[in-house]
Parts: sequence; C-alpha cells; structure tokens
Amino acid sequence: MVTTGKKVKTFIIDGKDVSGTEDQTVIEVCRENNIEIPTLCHLEGLAEVGACRLCLVEIKGSNKLLPACVTKVHEGMEVITASEGLKKYRIKILELFFSERNHICSVCVSNGICELQNLAQRLGMTHVHYPYLFPKFDVDASHERFVLDNNRCILCTRCVRVCDEIEGAHTWDIMGRGIESMVITDLNKPWGESESCTSCGKCVAVCPTGALVEKYKNAVDKSFMYKKDKLKFLPYLTTMREVKNEQS
Amino acid sequence: MSKVSEDIALNTGSDTNSAKVKAATVWLDGCSGCHMSFLDMDERIVELLEKIDLLYSPLVDHKEFPDMVDVTLVEGAVSSHEDLEKIRKVRAHTKILVSLGDCAITANVPSMRNPFGVEAIMKHAYIDTAVTKDVIPNEVVPELFEYSRPVHNFVKVDLFLQGCPPPADAIHFLLTELLEGRMPDLTKVSRLGK
Repeated sequence: MVTTGKKVKTFIIDGKDVSGTEDQTVIEVCRENNIEIPTLCHLEGLAEVGACRLCLVEIKGSNKLLPACVTKVHEGMEVITASEGLKKYRIKILELFFSERNHICSVCVSNGICELQNLAQRLGMTHVHYPYLFPKFDVDASHERFVLDNNRCILCTRCVRVCDEIEGAHTWDIMGRGIESMVITDLNKPWGESESCTSCGKCVAVCPTGALVEKYKNAVDKSFMYKKDKLKFLPYLTTMREVKNEQS
Repeated sequence: MSKVSEDIALNTGSDTNSAKVKAATVWLDGCSGCHMSFLDMDERIVELLEKIDLLYSPLVDHKEFPDMVDVTLVEGAVSSHEDLEKIRKVRAHTKILVSLGDCAITANVPSMRNPFGVEAIMKHAYIDTAVTKDVIPNEVVPELFEYSRPVHNFVKVDLFLQGCPPPADAIHFLLTELLEGRMPDLTKVSRLGK
C-alpha cells in the first residue's frame, strides 16, 4: 500500500479492520487482504466499468448493493462481501449470463479454462432457472489469426478497454443496446478488414470466455494471471510474452 | 449436505432387509454418452446392484416405465413431443428425478440447432446433405420442437449432475450418497462441459 500524499481510510470488511488510501476501491482493498470477491470484468491495469455486477457488496447504511470495483473506500464504512443474499444474487447473475447467449461448454475451445464456467462451479450454480434465449450471433473468423464468437461474449468489455487503453488502437467497441449489444471491430467491419487492428492479441489474452480465441489452437490457460506472484503490472502483457516464449 | 426430506427419502437406514431401492434411467435427446459414463463405473456397478434394482433403462429390457421408482436419472434434452410425454410420465412415477449431464441441464449440443430454426435444420440434414433420397420425414421420427430445452423447463428436477458426460466417479458418488439418504452437493464433483 503506497500512502504518499494520500489520506488513509480505516474501515471494516466482513468484520475485519482494514485500511486503504482514499483513491482505492473496495475490491482493491479486498484483494490486498485476501478477501475473495468474484468478478469477470475487473482486471488490474484497466479502467473499471462495473459491467458484470458479480462483485456487488453490501454496505451498511446503503439500501442498495454496490459494485466493489467502482466503489471508493471511505472512513468507517462497513462492507459485507459474502452474505447468503449476495451469494444467491451472484448465482442469479451467472445464470443470466448463461441464458442470454449460447454458452455450450462441451464444444467450446475454452472448456476447462473459462472464467465464466469456473465461477459457475465455484459459486455452486446447479442449473439455469431462467429460460434460455438462444439468440443468433454470427462468428467472425475473417481475421488471419483470431476468431470472434459473440455467442460466448458476456460484454465485460475487457477487450474494448485493453485495445484502447494499452494498445492504443481502439479497434473494439460496443454496438447496439441492452441484450442486443455486441462487441464489434472498427465500425462493424469484419475483423480481418479492420484498418486499426494491430493483431497484437491483447484482446484475446484478456477475454474471460471463449468469445475471443486464437485459431488452430487450444485456448491458453490464463489462470496464472490471477496468481499473486505474477500479478505485478499489466498481467496480460506477461501472458502474451509467456505465450510467445512457448511458441518460439 | 442436507438430509433428504422424509417424503422423498430412499428405502435405506436400519430397515436394510427391505426391498432394494428402485431406480431407472431414461434417454431423451442426447448421445448416450452419459449412459456410457454410467457403465464406466465398471465393477462398482455390481456392488450398487446389490442395493439397487434397475427397473427401466436403455440398458435393461423392460418396455414399460414402472409404477413408482425411487430415483430416475435422465439423460438428454427435451426436443420433441415424444421426449415431453416420456419425461412427464417419468416424473409422475419418480420420487427423485436427477438431470444427468449437460444436455438434460442446459440442452447443450442438441440446443446448437436452436438459433437456426427447425425448417433450416431439417432441410440441411435431409435434403442438402442427403446421399440417398432427399425427403424430409414426417413419420416414425418425432416432430421437433422449435427449441431443444432443458428438462427442468418442463418438469420439476430434484438434482443436477453436470458434465458432458458426468464422470463415472461423480455418478457413483451421486448414487452412493442417495443410498445413504443424503442429497449430495454435486457442484463439487463435476461442472458444465467436464
């Protein structure tokens, strides 16, 4: 924890006294204190959007649930991260993800290393209560090296953010509204015809599901990105380097 | 792990000399892989069959679903009226209904046709890719529903064992736990797509 010039706030998470600087979010302080909060859109090094809602927490005095990734800490706050109610809501959110698109784990290239699938098991999702929508999304395989399958996208926008903030290309964006939103390249051109894409592969490295994958390959196990000793700075860049080293 | 409530408790406990637990398995829109995984329990099946009577299953010869069974494992999604009639009958005559495998739980591979529509899929299967005669059948094979859907969309399901197929060990765990009178937490022994 770097405190230079920043005010320190002390507060309580799950009955434990913790402290953080005023510019930190609840999820950052949780991670520092080994308090686990599930999330699919948060990634260290990228801007926060609060898209997946899995990190919702209870804060005493607030009558709504707040996403830990975009909630700044303040003095004396009391945070609850894992009440029975929250556990139920998180499973419902996962079920909504599964029902909105066509997530067919058994035939997915990311089967076994998918963050959505792993969370479903870890949080104990037995089945999806909501009716599946079975929407029709096309697969874009026009890029020489990568494939986009919107059927498997959860709209976390990690790809959009990494492309804009780190690569500086801003190839990715979101088109449409609500349930019909989808990630697109350039102005909804086929990915292979994109003029802005540098083919760096960062979007593929940060995708939590099988929506963005590399052709002719099993998906890369990215779980090590979240292990403490690896989590220094921009973990997905480390991923890219390690993948490259493996290949050469 | 929670105790099975009394109304659905299996025939076990101190009264072990009473009749064996009655079990059945059914196969709807699936590939039979879950049944193959069931057989993959190998010699443990012999042990289980000392406590279980398998009264109805693609693996045994009975043609009619029995009056009442204690537990039924159902493989496959509900994709046609035939599936629906079958599962309704099974539900009415089963105490504990278990969705076995991803097709029963999520509609899995059978659901891959859903975004395309029945007409397109029938045309592709029976006309575009036909090698003998190009006719869409209207007899013998049941008419497809617009969507393949999970079993729990139609009848109440008591337990869900995920996997494509669920590992033999997980099926063994499920059955032995039920025999002990417990409703097991199955998310620990398998997952979607396993």
